[in-house]
Amino acid sequence: MVKIVFDNNIPIYSQIVDRFVIDICSGTLPPGSRITPVRELAMQLGVNPNTLQRALGELESMGLLFTERTAGRFVTEDAALIDARRREMSRSVVSEFMEKMRALGWNDEETVKLITVRRGENE
Amino acid sequence: MSDVILDIKNVYKSYGDNDVLKNVSFSVRQNRIVGLLGPNGSGKTTLIKIISGLLSDYSGRAEICGMAPCVETKALVSYLPDRMSLPEWMTVKMAIRLFADFFADFDTERAREMLGTLGVSPDKRIGQLSKGMKEKLQLCLCMSRRAKLYVLDEPIAGVDPAARDVIMSTILGNFGEGSSILLSTHIISDVEQIFDDVILLREGRVELMGDAEELRREHGKSIDQLFRGVFKC
Repeated sequence: MVKIVFDNNIPIYSQIVDRFVIDICSGTLPPGSRITPVRELAMQLGVNPNTLQRALGELESMGLLFTERTAGRFVTEDAALIDARRREMSRSVVSEFMEKMRALGWNDEETVKLITVRRGENE
Repeated sequence: MSDVILDIKNVYKSYGDNDVLKNVSFSVRQNRIVGLLGPNGSGKTTLIKIISGLLSDYSGRAEICGMAPCVETKALVSYLPDRMSLPEWMTVKMAIRLFADFFADFDTERAREMLGTLGVSPDKRIGQLSKGMKEKLQLCLCMSRRAKLYVLDEPIAGVDPAARDVIMSTILGNFGEGSSILLSTHIISDVEQIFDDVILLREGRVELMGDAEELRREHGKSIDQLFRGVFKC
């Protein structure tokens, strides 16, 4: 995990949760991979170990991480769960985007066209 | 056993007719990092001197693991003063030996390692060190003890922003399981990510205190902005 640039206006632990969710969904943290021990990771991120612990606890209750008694903490191997989370996040990113486009006066069809044009430009 | 490491109750302190602390109460629990925040002259250093046993003529109660500050609590509290406390002629090596002699919980190996990481050379005399290097040296000495409570008075005031990250991770990496930290500062934005709880002192009184994450959520603001709001003149 690379360094997170924190926004101090928002609780730190929720920013850590968000970051983990994205990294798990994108495969940056692959299923079954081991999470760096709390103290070490807290030092890397420059955050309080209790704050990190809280974030990891939340990720566990979401089912994205699990703890193996002595071995440590790991990313879930439940691909369906990761996929569901990824789709859910993608849906909200898309609707947020569509919302912004509507605010600019584009209807959905025009928005799709603009995306296609943009894709063409990138190729 | 109670998990309160430090308990401050109704503490008053004045220098002559200047009231510096007015009815200050708070406690620090085990495994917590607590930020003691306040502008210059708000009473932070006075409070820290009481906790580390350097001031005894105060009223109210201060207890470290159930004991009033005394010789025994000095073995539990590792204090980082806000100014150089070692003589100029002393070398870094000698300072390490002095600390090892004084404190049974001092880990010489750890001190050497930390000084290496922070780039403080052991053969230099303290008088030859820059202000930032002096601060790093004192921090290393302080964090090399296996104390119950670390009391750090302005550990980042004299170092550049780039070195602050190194100092913060030195602090995070070296306080042991079961101990706590009380860290005073008026530079908040660079360090607020490491606090569990914060205490805002203003003119000798506790103006605001609480869990840092709860305060962020409740106010939708950083601790730094909250602080600026409270102390706006």
